[in-house]
Amino acid sequence: MSIKLTDVSYTYSQKTPFAFEALKHVSLNIKDHSFLALIGETGSGKSTLVQHLNGLLLPTSGEVQINNYILSIENGKRKYIDITKVQKKKYRKKQFDIRDLRKYAGLVFQFPEYQLFEETVLKDISFGPKNFGATDEEAEKMAKEAIQLVGLDETYLSRSPFELSGGEKRRVAIAGIIALNPSVLILDEPTAGLDPQGEREMMELFKNIYDSGKSIILVTHNMDIVLKYVEEVIVMKDGQLLAQTTPLKLFQDEKFLVNTAIEPPFVFKVAKELMDNGLKIELESIKDIPSLVKEIKRVEHE
Amino acid sequence: MEEKISVELQNITFGYSRDVTNIDNISFRVQQGEYLALIGHNGSGKSTIARLITGLLLQRSGDIKIFGEIMTDDNVLKLRKDIGIIFQNPDNQFIGSTVRDDIAFGLENDCVPEDQMESIVEEYSSKVGMSNFLDKEPTNLSGGQKQRVAIAGTLARHPKILIMDESTSMLDPKGKREILNLIHKIKEEDPLLTIISITHDIQEAYNSDHVIVISNGTKMLDGTPDEVFADSQKLIDMKLDIPFFKKLNIEFDDNDLSKFKSNSLESLVAKLCR
Repeated sequence: MSIKLTDVSYTYSQKTPFAFEALKHVSLNIKDHSFLALIGETGSGKSTLVQHLNGLLLPTSGEVQINNYILSIENGKRKYIDITKVQKKKYRKKQFDIRDLRKYAGLVFQFPEYQLFEETVLKDISFGPKNFGATDEEAEKMAKEAIQLVGLDETYLSRSPFELSGGEKRRVAIAGIIALNPSVLILDEPTAGLDPQGEREMMELFKNIYDSGKSIILVTHNMDIVLKYVEEVIVMKDGQLLAQTTPLKLFQDEKFLVNTAIEPPFVFKVAKELMDNGLKIELESIKDIPSLVKEIKRVEHE
Repeated sequence: MEEKISVELQNITFGYSRDVTNIDNISFRVQQGEYLALIGHNGSGKSTIARLITGLLLQRSGDIKIFGEIMTDDNVLKLRKDIGIIFQNPDNQFIGSTVRDDIAFGLENDCVPEDQMESIVEEYSSKVGMSNFLDKEPTNLSGGQKQRVAIAGTLARHPKILIMDESTSMLDPKGKREILNLIHKIKEEDPLLTIISITHDIQEAYNSDHVIVISNGTKMLDGTPDEVFADSQKLIDMKLDIPFFKKLNIEFDDNDLSKFKSNSLESLVAKLCR
């Protein structure tokens, strides 16, 4: 199954003087096992879009389908329909519990460290699993697994989240979502404000989760990340979907880049300049500095 | 004219609780009108230093001087008037119900007459590119837009020292460039404005006047960008980024391709493309 948005629009503060249409007729498909980046200027609708992917926002008009869950608003009422229940006919109620969707698609906000609130890291990470019905023992086991996945050890579990550094807090907050073991992990600017090593470690974590068969959807402004890790890019502008493409195609389309004020990563510009000057390197092999040097070495030996 | 020191830290030590030391005996001086880049890994103590300079935290030992005056309980409110700080997360510094009110809030505190307020709000909102949003609710703005409003509100009060605590880290590349250009423009108009920028943006640090590197609460390096970036390996060991061509050259060395080492795109093209 996959994620499908059909003609989705969303207006903040509808029917007030502050009404603002943040999404305008967005239709898109995201296949299973995707590593996808949402990019676009600030205010282009990226964060609004991702909040539709776990039912935090419901479209003002249009329909969102995530796996078997369909969300929409009809006559001012929220409508949650489980498509498998519709197909099997044996269910009298076709609705689903929103928590099932939230378990399926986990959303990590911008600056998630500001949402930590418990006395200990263990309590904070187990809060989600317990909310979804796990026993204390199960929740603790999930927390122990999750804390290691984000690169911290079990000694952190007994500490107060408030004495940790910004980067450590970020990891704890992400562990709280990973503990739910979602099939789709959605992250809004997960590496903003991290130091270069923290950023690398965070992205390697997401890559491992992707390699284990899950989907990763992230909002980012960092084109180096887009080039190195993701397989597909969605470009947003003024609440509209401008393109859904691959990083390679995106960074080669100079006219599009100028129109959207997207700057390709410097390493890509360097590679392209070398290629334009006759060096026979393959652009699709260029992901970062090491892969550029590897390509240069390969060409050198031929 | 004698150069004035706008901020001076003398042997500052600080800990968030009694049994930890987060800042360990740090001293440095910032000249008036200087653009200082304070860099270091997450948790190194950069933001703590910003909070100490503004008197939001109190050091365990050592002195902080603002324009030569030692900060004490009695003068902290007076000294703080000269310091503007823009935090990492704009959501934590919003007060007004519209963008206009928010920029005006600081001016109200400073008792600026109401008939002047409107023009000041217009001036600074247009400087940060937010003049079309004056009647919008801050909660409905994106993170980057909120940050621009915060910057406008702070600059409108004409601080002598502007501290930016990773305040461009949430902006998109274009927004980031706009803000950095804006800060440079304001500095050109007011050469005596001291800027202390806490940043992970290595290019910003490279373009500053003065770079201080903090690691695990101690000062590791202090000098001009050229002096600080001379030893790449040291910076990498401190979990920091280094400029592109320095990174590329290290990779060339590791692959027995040292002959291609270059310091610019032109020289790289010249060496590789015959």
